[in-house]
Amino acid sequence: MRHVISLLIENESGALSRVSGLFSARGYNIESLTVAPTEDESMSRMTIVTTGSDDIIEQITKQLNKLVEVIKVVDISESAHIERELMLVKVRATGKDREEMKRMTEIFRARIIDVTDASYVIELTGNQAKLDAFIGAIGPELILETVRSGICGIGRGDRVLKL
Amino acid sequence: MVLSGAEIVIRCLQEEKVEYVFGYPGGSVLFIYDALFNQDQVRHVLVRHEQAAVHAADGFARATSKVGVALVTSGPGATNAVTGIATAYCDSIPMVIISGQVPTAAIGQDAFQEVDTVGITRPCVKHNYLVKDVRDIASTIRKAFHLARTGRPGPVLVDIPKDVSMQKCEFEYPAEVAMRSYNPVLKGHQGQIRKALQLLLEARRPMIYTGGGVVLSDAAEALTKLARALGFPITNTLMGLGGYPASDRQYLGMPGMHGTYEANMAMHYCDVLLAVGARFDDRVIGNPAHFAEEPRKIIHVDIDPSSISKRVKVDVPIVGDVNEVLHQFLQQLDASPARPEPDALAAWWKQIEEWRRRDCMKYKHSDEIIKPQFVIQKLWEVTGGDAIVTSDVGQHQMWAAQYYRFDQPRRWLNSGGLGTMGVGLPYAMGAQFAHPGKPVACVTGEASIQMCIQELSTCKQFRLPIKICNLNNRYLGMVRQWQELFHGGRYSESYMDSLPDFARLAEAYGHVGLRVEKPGDVEGALREAFGRKDDLVFLDFQVDQTENVYPMVQGGKGLTDMILSSEDL
Repeated sequence: MRHVISLLIENESGALSRVSGLFSARGYNIESLTVAPTEDESMSRMTIVTTGSDDIIEQITKQLNKLVEVIKVVDISESAHIERELMLVKVRATGKDREEMKRMTEIFRARIIDVTDASYVIELTGNQAKLDAFIGAIGPELILETVRSGICGIGRGDRVLKL
Repeated sequence: MVLSGAEIVIRCLQEEKVEYVFGYPGGSVLFIYDALFNQDQVRHVLVRHEQAAVHAADGFARATSKVGVALVTSGPGATNAVTGIATAYCDSIPMVIISGQVPTAAIGQDAFQEVDTVGITRPCVKHNYLVKDVRDIASTIRKAFHLARTGRPGPVLVDIPKDVSMQKCEFEYPAEVAMRSYNPVLKGHQGQIRKALQLLLEARRPMIYTGGGVVLSDAAEALTKLARALGFPITNTLMGLGGYPASDRQYLGMPGMHGTYEANMAMHYCDVLLAVGARFDDRVIGNPAHFAEEPRKIIHVDIDPSSISKRVKVDVPIVGDVNEVLHQFLQQLDASPARPEPDALAAWWKQIEEWRRRDCMKYKHSDEIIKPQFVIQKLWEVTGGDAIVTSDVGQHQMWAAQYYRFDQPRRWLNSGGLGTMGVGLPYAMGAQFAHPGKPVACVTGEASIQMCIQELSTCKQFRLPIKICNLNNRYLGMVRQWQELFHGGRYSESYMDSLPDFARLAEAYGHVGLRVEKPGDVEGALREAFGRKDDLVFLDFQVDQTENVYPMVQGGKGLTDMILSSEDL
């Protein structure tokens, strides 16, 4: 089962390698991992997308909590939540493809943020499925390069992950 | 008061009431050694190899419940320490390791004796720090001691670059530690304890299984009270020996791969299992799928939530300090009129006594050749069961655990989790420093002892009257045993030729060496050794080469699938 784990961790050097080292040492999967400081710069927030049975996810949560610098751990996929990922795609944009790319950008509510006479850079935000759909719709022959940020997640409504 | 970083390090150790630092100097820690030279409160023990420094500090911690402290230099000093750190980590031993590092400006430049110590040790410490500012030394060391001794204990490493140890700042030792990310739960949940107690009182076939956590949290007294109040059978793991008196009738011996028949059968066929400070290790329960086949309710008390429901599903988890939780159990039991059902308990004990009658620890004595088990039995007799016994890793470790009956905690020091050969002698050093007047025996083998034998020199320098009992069978005994049983008797690289004459080697270091070849001489040799109160005596027992450790549960097999003797093969 796919899970999205959010955690607050002290913003210290080496914090990221403690978390990633834990996953590799114990053989857990990481699908994506994003990290950046929060509004309180002494803390970073991480979003980890992982897969595993209920037993494994329980162990992952416990092992993360055991890390001395980890302040809080929540499996936000246990209830209603929002996931967003940012993708930048550089596409070939010549001839009739130039108009086609613009149209696709509008349909997916993406934005063209860089233009040359032969290419566009398109910015798109959404959940994983939307980003995958966009790539599928354009087709591999026109894609020059893609970069994805990995997922950021947040709980819906009153649920707040805070100190 | 303005002090240098190095002086601050030593002042911090003084504030923590550290009696001994085990270490080895080198370029990056020269200023710290200089600060050490100018005081006499913290005493330094110069070892002969950094691995032994960490093991000795670890042994000191195991024998006392204080935090062990080691000091090593950068690069090879730190890498040599890694085996010791990992050993302590696997057994949750409270330790602080201070390592030197190249100057901050040289970090990342592939400098002489530079290694990423924080990176290398990260997976085998409870936590570690690289101190980049002299103003952070005092608070970091304060935190290191706090982390090492609280919660689930473990080693904490503090890496200090040379320039940081030279810089100066105002020294003040923080009185308190506040860490928003670290607050271990100590008290158990009263409701869960009530639930657990009810299960225990209604059990028809109850069993208590305890591990190293009981020793680490100094809970032997509370455990003994509870076990006696309930009248239940009890087993202590390899790490938990001495948690409950081994000579008591309720004690069934050690469980697991080389555990007793009665302990393993009771573990498997009980209907309620109370696990305390133990972690259902693969060497204890064998195959977890086989263990789960028999229905039983499991109550698990542990300070570390990640140990609960890791290898077996637990019905009543109780997170908390073992000693604290056991006292809560006792209070609730005192307040309740309910007691275990006597008839059910009597029937269960009848069954256990039947298992006990198999006498699984018997072995064939010989008048010609020394049996290793016999040496341990005599060691127990000669020391009145009151020695601190350390061991290395292998057959001799199992025989010591099986045949020396530990009635008290912190008398048995061995590497249970990592299984590190070479710990025996340094552990004995740490224990002897901790308890100068007490008999300390190191049970070892001719292979293990050679992994840290250079420490005989340290023992001479500090006049440590350790008694080394070398069970010399000229084989890597446990490897040989597995090759005999599971590899068709192909003894690949397990025979050791060209061994030194250990008695003469000990004499070369300035100690007393005795070679013992006949069973009739074993007791006399032991009495002579323990009679020499001021000397280290190296007893080189020539033992039966082909003796195996039984009972045995083969790796991956179920706990009840035991080989009781060579006749079962």
